Parts: sequence; structure tokens; C-alpha cells
Amino acid sequence: MKYIDEYRNHEVVKAVSQAIHKISEKYISVMEICGGQTHTILKYNFEEYLPKNITLIHGPGCPVCVTPVSIIDKAISLASRNDVVLVTFGDMLRVPGSVGDLLSAKANGKDVRMVYSPLDAVKIAGDNPEKKVVFFAVGFETTAPSNARSVIEAKKLNLNNYYLLCANMLVPPAIEALMNNKNVKIRGLLAAGHVCTVMGLKEYEIIAEKYHIPIIATGFEPLDIITGIYEAVGQIEEDRYEVVNKYSRAVSREGNLHAQKLIELVFDKTDKEWRGIGVIPQSGLKLKDEFYEFDAEKNFILDGIEVREPKDCIAGEILQGMKKPADCISFGKICNPEHPLGAPMVSPEGACAAYFRYRQVQQ
Amino acid sequence: MCLAVPGKLISINHQDGNLLMGKVSFGGIVKDVCLDFVPEVQPGEYVLVHVGFALIVINESEAQNTLDMLSEIIIADESYDKFQTTRTRGL
Ligand code: SF4
Repeated sequence: MKYIDEYRNHEVVKAVSQAIHKISEKYISVMEICGGQTHTILKYNFEEYLPKNITLIHGPGCPVCVTPVSIIDKAISLASRNDVVLVTFGDMLRVPGSVGDLLSAKANGKDVRMVYSPLDAVKIAGDNPEKKVVFFAVGFETTAPSNARSVIEAKKLNLNNYYLLCANMLVPPAIEALMNNKNVKIRGLLAAGHVCTVMGLKEYEIIAEKYHIPIIATGFEPLDIITGIYEAVGQIEEDRYEVVNKYSRAVSREGNLHAQKLIELVFDKTDKEWRGIGVIPQSGLKLKDEFYEFDAEKNFILDGIEVREPKDCIAGEILQGMKKPADCISFGKICNPEHPLGAPMVSPEGACAAYFRYRQVQQ
Repeated sequence: MCLAVPGKLISINHQDGNLLMGKVSFGGIVKDVCLDFVPEVQPGEYVLVHVGFALIVINESEAQNTLDMLSEIIIADESYDKFQTTRTRGL
């Protein structure tokens, strides 16, 4: 397919990899922020292309993986009500809460539905006026404008039965939290391409300057990733720290202003809990007060749920790149894609699921 | 989850109430996509689609640039000739 196939050319990936071998001397770690990139890196076995002195560290950029147990529990609790239809993206159904997941709620006869687009959730609300339709909205900046647009659409259609359970997270505050963590040693960052498509690059210019770290806006195909790494390594070798756009077919410095405007219209920033990491200040979105009637957390009583984190799951350390999935005693044993213990084993973009899938194949 | 896929805009449907919608072809599979964030898009252009919304119109000249710039990285390398002959082919 156009704009995909030409960025998967094996010979070119190999040639860029040889160029990296030529310029690379320092022992460094480069983090790819986004789980989609982690998936590509594992699928194409990037270790083979890189010199031994470069380590790729997998970042927290999988919205499914960072959604905390506490909010999964709220979604499960809402789904258990007979007057509610709980709607979400397919990836969320298998993410474990304290007890069970949304898929088991569905198996037990609860009305849990999977959609492709937030607009599908609005349609379900329009078609089921006797029910309260709660859309469990996860995602980063990539998904935030679409989640926001669904609320605007529900308002335009005068729906009084559409609610958002909002777990929308923001990437730059999480990067700052990582940079402030002394146990995390990263010299270069590959920024998540589609987050930059929406938000542009300005937030990253501030971070690059503050932490003296090169940040490369990077796409998702093998050639995108290898050129992102080449640029990061080149800068690190020369002690430079600039924001460079290596995904310019989809990213501009300004980002998509229409989409940004919509996010600002509907959401305010708020402190959010990240799975296994804890609360990161101003790292998520909540509905503005004027959209009160669409806010699930304000219109349903969701207190008093006892949250239990899974034992023997080190998702927090995995998501901060401090450990790799193989370091987890549960990996591939009591935790596997059939029976995930933590969220990174559920989503195809989760590091644990990617290692399980591609490393097992290689062995 | 942040997956976004490039597809070619075939037609724009202005009638659909509040939403600006269009038909987008992903290698032959056609889907309805909301174009609210890319009101300037024209049929024939490629858009990057995420959860049913076009996030951006793909910048064709930049797409070409990225491939052209690669030749600067690997020009000194013997695989460059191979690159020239295989650059449009996939893996
Ligand atoms: S392998 Fe499973 S238990 Fe271990 S960190 Fe990953 S998700 Fe958690």
C-alpha cells in the first residue's frame, strides 16, 4: 500500500543500519516512546540491525497499558448496571481490573460493546434512548480530538444518555516524569509519530532544551524507526540535543490546529494515575465543567471500589523502561496473552505481548 | 491503539448533518471517515486515519523527501545502488 510499502524496504533498512554502525561509538540507550514502535522493533528484530553499544528501551506509550486498575474497575462497575451500555475500543476488553475484566462482564450477560470509533458510541446512544451509554475513552493526544468530537456530537444531537469515562492521557508530562526519575537513563528519545501529528513539536522543544536530550519525531515503519535512531545516535555522538522531524509526511511543527482546538474546547488538563507508575501531575484530560452532564464520574456513584493491583506484575517498571518483559517472573508462565496478568500483555502494542509474540517465534 | 493508517480519499459527503464525512480506500477496502479535522482535504489526497477520523492530509512532497534524504545517509555505502533499484519495493 502507498505510504507503507516504500518504508519497509529491507535493503534500505540494512544500509541505514550500516551507517549507524559507522557513526556509533558511545554506549547509549534510546527510548522509543510509542508501543506501536515497540511492536515494529520486535517484529523486525531490530537488535540485529544495531551495534551492541546501542540499547533500545521501550517506553510508556501504549494507552491501553498505562490505564490504571482503578479506572478499569470503574468501567467494570458501570458495566454491571442493568441500565448501562458500556462501550469501548476492543483492546480494553481484556485488560484486567482488580477482579475480572470487561470481557468476563460481557460473558456474564452485561451489555459491553466494542466499537471502532467514538462516533459509533454516540450512535449507540442515539439508538438506545432508554439506556445510559458510557464510552470508556482511552488514548493519548492521538485519540483525544476524536473523543472530544463525540461529546460535541452528542450535545448537538441533544442526547442526554451519553457519558464519557475519561482515561485520556498526555505524553509530554510522562516523558518529564521519566526524565526526572534517576533510575531511568536515556540519552535519546523517539517521539510517538501520531501524537506529534496532532500536537506538533513545540512541547518537545521545551523538553529537549530542559533535559539536554535529542527528540526525534518518528513514524512506525521499519525505515522510519531506523532513520529516527540514526538521527538520535548522530546527535548524541556530537553532544547535540535538537528536536528533529523524521516523520514529516504526517507531522508538522504546529500539528493539527483543528484537532487541538477541539481538545481545548472540551477538556481540561488534570493529574492522572498511570498504571504501575503512580500519579503524574497534569498528565491527563477531564471534561470541562460545562460538559458536566456527559461526565460518567460525575453522574454515577463510583466510590468505594477496592482496588487490588496484580501481584507478581512489574508493569510499572516495564512501562518506564527500567526492566524488560523477560525480567518478570510471571512472563510467559502465569502471564500470557490468553491469561494476561497485566495490561502490557493484552494490547498488541504492549511490550510484554510483543516479546511474547515475536521472541517466542524466534526461539 | 495509536495506530493510524494511510488511505486515499475517494469522495466527500457534505450532507451528513454536522459531520464532514468522506469515503476512504485502504488498498481497496472502503470506509466512512470523519474529515472534521482536515476540512481542506480534496478527493485523491491521502489521509492518515485513526479511530474513524482523518488526523492529517499526508504531505506528498515530504514523503518523497524522506526517501530522497536517505540517499544522503547511505550514499557512501555500497548498498546505495541496490537502494536505487529497490526503493519502491517493500520488504
Ligand atoms: S509479563 Fe505479565 S505480569 Fe509481567 S509485567 Fe508483563 S503484564 Fe505484568
